[in-house]
Amino acid sequence: MAEFKKAGSMLEWFDQRLGVINFTKVMMTEYWIPKNINFLWAMGVLLTMLFTMLLVSGIFLLMYYKPDVNMAFDSVNYTIMQEVAYGWLFRHIHAVGASVVFLIIYIHMFTGIYYGSYKKGREMIWISGMLLFMLFSAEGFSGYMLPWGQMSYWAAYVITEIFGGIPFIGDELVVWIRGNFYVADATLTRFFMLHVLLIPLAILGAIVFHFYSLRFPHVNNEKGEFFDFEAEEKKYLAGDKKGSKVIPFWPVFLSKDVFVMGVFLIFFFYLVFFHYSFAMDPINFDKADGLKTPAHIYPEWYFLWSYEVLRGWFFEIAGISGKSLGLMAFGFANVIFLLIPWLDRSPLVKPANQRPMFKYWFWLMIADLMVLTEFGKLPPTGPNAWVGFGASLTFLVLFLSLPIITKMESKKKAGGK
Amino acid sequence: MKEFKILAVIMALVGITYYGIEPYAHSVMHPEVAAADFSFNDLHNVDTKLVGNVENGKTLVEANCIACHAIDAAGHPAVMSNADAAASYGVVPPDLSHAGRIYDANYLANFIFDPVSAMHLQHKFSPDSGKTFPMPSYNWMAPQDIVDIVAYLKSVAVKVTDDKEGHKATFEAACGRCHNMKYAGFEATTPVDVIKAHMGATPPDLSQYIKSRGEHYLHSFINDPQILLHGTSMPRVGLNEKAQEDVIAYMEEIGDSKKAERNSLGIWVMGYMVIFAFLAYLWKRKIWEEVH
Repeated sequence: MAEFKKAGSMLEWFDQRLGVINFTKVMMTEYWIPKNINFLWAMGVLLTMLFTMLLVSGIFLLMYYKPDVNMAFDSVNYTIMQEVAYGWLFRHIHAVGASVVFLIIYIHMFTGIYYGSYKKGREMIWISGMLLFMLFSAEGFSGYMLPWGQMSYWAAYVITEIFGGIPFIGDELVVWIRGNFYVADATLTRFFMLHVLLIPLAILGAIVFHFYSLRFPHVNNEKGEFFDFEAEEKKYLAGDKKGSKVIPFWPVFLSKDVFVMGVFLIFFFYLVFFHYSFAMDPINFDKADGLKTPAHIYPEWYFLWSYEVLRGWFFEIAGISGKSLGLMAFGFANVIFLLIPWLDRSPLVKPANQRPMFKYWFWLMIADLMVLTEFGKLPPTGPNAWVGFGASLTFLVLFLSLPIITKMESKKKAGGK
Repeated sequence: MKEFKILAVIMALVGITYYGIEPYAHSVMHPEVAAADFSFNDLHNVDTKLVGNVENGKTLVEANCIACHAIDAAGHPAVMSNADAAASYGVVPPDLSHAGRIYDANYLANFIFDPVSAMHLQHKFSPDSGKTFPMPSYNWMAPQDIVDIVAYLKSVAVKVTDDKEGHKATFEAACGRCHNMKYAGFEATTPVDVIKAHMGATPPDLSQYIKSRGEHYLHSFINDPQILLHGTSMPRVGLNEKAQEDVIAYMEEIGDSKKAERNSLGIWVMGYMVIFAFLAYLWKRKIWEEVH
């Protein structure tokens, strides 16, 4: 063991014991980020902040929430919303935050796709990010059940029912998930456990892993340029801050993020105080009633696109029922984004607008997801059902054709220009 | 500037999606209906242009109404307990102390003439359904007499203050015979199993209706429930505009009691964030000057 000298300052005292000076360098002041970035690079920090807000508001809600079918609804809508001082504020932050976190996740995710930040060494960043997306989806879904309103109940009913379509084990699986033959108290208590313990733990772990996965391949930049990080670091530390292509995480990168966060929070708190019904559906202020099916059942907005991929298949094709086809398409939709690093066969790391074919693919995919989201909410009747089918089919075709398109693109690049 | 272009693209895409899944989708799922009609123009059985005579009205009310109805404000107490009244009639007959204040005069006159058609409940109480509404039609009565009764009820009507207490009184008179308001500790005067047998459905607790239905929906629904929910057991109760506003105000005072706090705090928090963002911008500029 090294010999300890008497520390001359508090910093030194901590540094002797925890190596805080070196730790700060590695994590903050000498963690290098490319300089050539725009505000889309602030989404990661926004997400970290939103997750923190969800965690803190969730802890406050947890003090008063009662996971019991007879008490849950009133514990939320009376105790928390009206009796507890500022309980309503925590609930609004939690509900709006849960919805807005998906908006930022989608922006973060499509930024990654647009700039090709998932390939050439960055595969694990992408995979861990998609893992987080899945965990957040599970967290959002389980949390939506807790207020025990009509949409909590019926969305849970419809979504758990989906698993019934899996061959052989479907029926048993649905009962296993619900803990009962229908959505009941056992379902609420287990989703409560998942929402407040197991999934948040997994999310915390996945966040740490996601950050860690950034360290070796480094963050991508606006041009997709590969450069020698070590050389650029040296340049920066030697004082050529303007000439260096990198900036330290603290204070340079974060100063921009804090500004973006400030602007975002104006918008966020506007939603929290004045415009929250998109995240707190009015119908969920009716207590869950298993005997009264609402006229329109729809999941939260961030699940609408995959819900519509499922729902678009409403007729039998080649002897396979619409329900089974929908389930297959739904399964496809839920894993396909994970595989993007291998579906994109082009080695090029460039923003989509500089890629001759991928740019069309990217904007078509965005447009298709918007159509799916829209028709996932509208009643699936008459022409709506066919638009849904068309958009669902387009989704599959887009992703199946991605390897071909990107292969053609890379050949064109190599041969032509 | 490039960052603004990116922001504009994102805002446009998010805006279009938001419009589609919120205002547009809701307009498809809940189409606009005819505006609320507070003069109840479809009711013509009694000509309410006639001028009412309070004295004659008093005589008629004492001869025809108080056998079933209490009028506490005029010194006529209830003849039996709520439970007994509910068991006898299917629903507790209303105390008429508030009737002249909360009901539209044209509606009230036509209600006395024929309750079922005024309430738009012909599908519940018809000769074929075998169910009869507890209050008989006074269609044999001269229109002048009916107008006199209305004039009398107006003359004895209890005045209430325009605050939460007043809203509560209006709510209980207008809705409280059938509906609970759990979050106000209020239970309907008619026991729940009795009202269910009488109307064919359990009237919902209204504690969160200001949130689940919203002011806009309640505005037309209370005025004429059949338009938005065809076939419902809920009668058109004939509230005038002021009384309906009081009822909705009370539902908000109970169901969304923190609204004022939310609105005032919201301004402060947003103001704080504006200052925060401005200072953050200055800091960012200072820091980035060194690297650009």
